Amino acid sequence: MSETSLVQEFTKGLWKEIPPFRLVLGLCPTLAVTKAFETGIGMGCALTFVLVCSNILVSALRKSIPGKVRVPCFIIIIATFVVITELVMQAFTYPLYLKLGIFIPLIVVNCIVLGRAEAFASKNGIAASIADGLGIGIGYTISLSVLGSIREIFGTGTWLGHAVFGPSFQPFTFMVEAPGAFVCLGLMLGLMDLAGSK
Amino acid sequence: MTHYILLAISAILVNNILLIQYLGNCPFLGTSKRMDTATGMAMAVVFVLTMAGIVTWILEYVFLKPFGLEYIRTIVFILIIAALVQFVELFLKKSIPALYAGLGIFLPLITTNCAVLGVCLLNIQEEYSFLEALVSSVAYPIGFGLALILFAGLRERVLVGRVTARRKTDLTLVEKRLRERYTIGRVPGPLQDVAIGLVMAGFMSLAFLGFKGMI
Repeated sequence: MSETSLVQEFTKGLWKEIPPFRLVLGLCPTLAVTKAFETGIGMGCALTFVLVCSNILVSALRKSIPGKVRVPCFIIIIATFVVITELVMQAFTYPLYLKLGIFIPLIVVNCIVLGRAEAFASKNGIAASIADGLGIGIGYTISLSVLGSIREIFGTGTWLGHAVFGPSFQPFTFMVEAPGAFVCLGLMLGLMDLAGSK
Repeated sequence: MTHYILLAISAILVNNILLIQYLGNCPFLGTSKRMDTATGMAMAVVFVLTMAGIVTWILEYVFLKPFGLEYIRTIVFILIIAALVQFVELFLKKSIPALYAGLGIFLPLITTNCAVLGVCLLNIQEEYSFLEALVSSVAYPIGFGLALILFAGLRERVLVGRVTARRKTDLTLVEKRLRERYTIGRVPGPLQDVAIGLVMAGFMSLAFLGFKGMI
């Protein structure tokens, strides 16, 4: 595989197929963990790690996994890396682990990871799969951090704990509650579509 | 008794799994375009989640906890769910073909529905007793079905409004009547489909947030 196409595989995840806006997958964590910038970026990094590792293994084993049982095989591979992530986060970033809670084990059923394993890694070489996993993962991290920042800034008036607005600012609590997540993501999808169609 | 009723109400309305806990949103948006697919998905989730909730609870307290194996809980649960879905599919195909035809493609999709794994993990995380776990594994999917079917009813009409504006010629008379009756303005281009669906889900979630004062 030539170098230019590797770069292409990497950059497509950053704009052309950026999840969850272009590739409308993995919505549950997108809605749930974007209450703040910190949780958004934490989730993004965890997912990127799992995605890259599972892409590597799926791509390496693609010739030995029988077609009929490939989905259970992919799920076991993904679950293994999710457990690794879970244990590592529990050991080193315990406060973040508590904040993300149930959504770390739920990376197993995140459609982005399984979708990339099925649509890309099981058909392409290891180098291309790494590029694809990194691109999609970083794209997802960017999306989550942006959404998290918007919701944190308007919902609590702070960004990473620093006050953004003056003392007279009344927090727009709607944004950090469940409805705000849906509306915010819906409007972002619309905006991304508008930006892409020009 | 009151405890279990409160638990059920809280799982169905106050902590609605779709709109308040944000679990299972991919099938929520994927299958809510039409009422029949929404009903199929809702039934399949109720069916599988009730079984999965019970089986995973037993597994956790009979097998994982006594042997100190909690750290592989995620792998074990997802495998159990995948196997269970496959088993249910085979069983229904053989013995209740009518129900199998109704649930159709939604059964295999349930393996990757995070509502199923999510509720199984919640049962463990909240340290529910067996009866509590049973109630929550029945009540959460009912809440899922309720929200999904309500939302499909809303979404059908917004989509109807969109189609009317686009092509009027190839509709039957009945459809035309229906569409004229239920047209709700045109959705702006970039917001169509999933985007407007999410915004609508947001307003439904706001309505469900109102149940918070109930308990």
